[in-house]
Amino acid sequence: MADQVNMADPLVIAGHKLQSRLIIGTGGASNLAVLERALVESGTELTTVAMRRADTEGGSGVLELLRRLGIRLLPNTAGCRSAAEAVLTAQLAREALETDWIKLEVHADDRTLLPEPFETLEAAETLVADGFTVLAYTNDDPVLALRLAEAGCAAVMPLGAPIGTGLGIRNPHNIELITSRASVPIVLDAGIGTASDAALAMELGCDAVLLSTAVTRAQDPERMATAMRHAVAGGRLARLAGRIPQRFWAQASSPPR
Amino acid sequence: MIEVEVNGDEREFADGITLAELLDQLGTTQRGVAVAVDGQVVARGAWPEVVIADGAKVQILTAVQGG
Repeated sequence: MADQVNMADPLVIAGHKLQSRLIIGTGGASNLAVLERALVESGTELTTVAMRRADTEGGSGVLELLRRLGIRLLPNTAGCRSAAEAVLTAQLAREALETDWIKLEVHADDRTLLPEPFETLEAAETLVADGFTVLAYTNDDPVLALRLAEAGCAAVMPLGAPIGTGLGIRNPHNIELITSRASVPIVLDAGIGTASDAALAMELGCDAVLLSTAVTRAQDPERMATAMRHAVAGGRLARLAGRIPQRFWAQASSPPR
Repeated sequence: MIEVEVNGDEREFADGITLAELLDQLGTTQRGVAVAVDGQVVARGAWPEVVIADGAKVQILTAVQGG
């Protein structure tokens, strides 16, 4: 049933339709077999990879896996500290992977891995001008989210909490402010710890959820991938259905007499 | 001989070596690799034509598992 609903309600990024609203990051999986089962179970059609020095171990395996599963690649600029670094990494990813889609992320420091707002915006402007389809990782800052959309980003991806913390959505009101004024898809990226976090993101009006370690480092990644698939579909349906307003006092659901 | 920085490590190569030859010596010509010389991406088709200068910085990147 959920799948039928999804078929009629695709996520559209830069004119490209995706039936799944769950984007998975490949980081954190203990091995490729575990990753494969989790990816298949999640139903994802878009999955991130990182760019690293070619002498790093485990280079090609993940690419072959994603190509075999028919999942679209979303290279990221993780690890970059400046706009210049992120732009070069994006250009290398485009050359290596033959996609102009890029998850732009510029981190301010190692301890928080929070997005560096000024460098992110500068890199976004440069990459959009260079023909990239930019999905920008950003803070849960409604003003910056608007600026990134105005800069031509194809999607804006605010964090729920810092990367890898599993702290969920720390400022739901900010996320709702972002989704309420969005002109491009909003993807909740980072901070998801469990299924209810993913459902909440969708209930707040996000168009998709991006997560990695919530699945790959769960005790049972395959089962958590299933949970996330249902959570995203459930949260989306609840958003579309329109929830009842919250009330302070009780209101009987049956007539008093 | 020339000194070239490859992914942060200093290495020696023959004078006049092309990027294609350098990558061949390193064994990193496989699919899914991209290369920048002194901060500029060099398209795969141009590898045989680009001659590496002494002191050049070469970055070779590929995709790995990541967030």
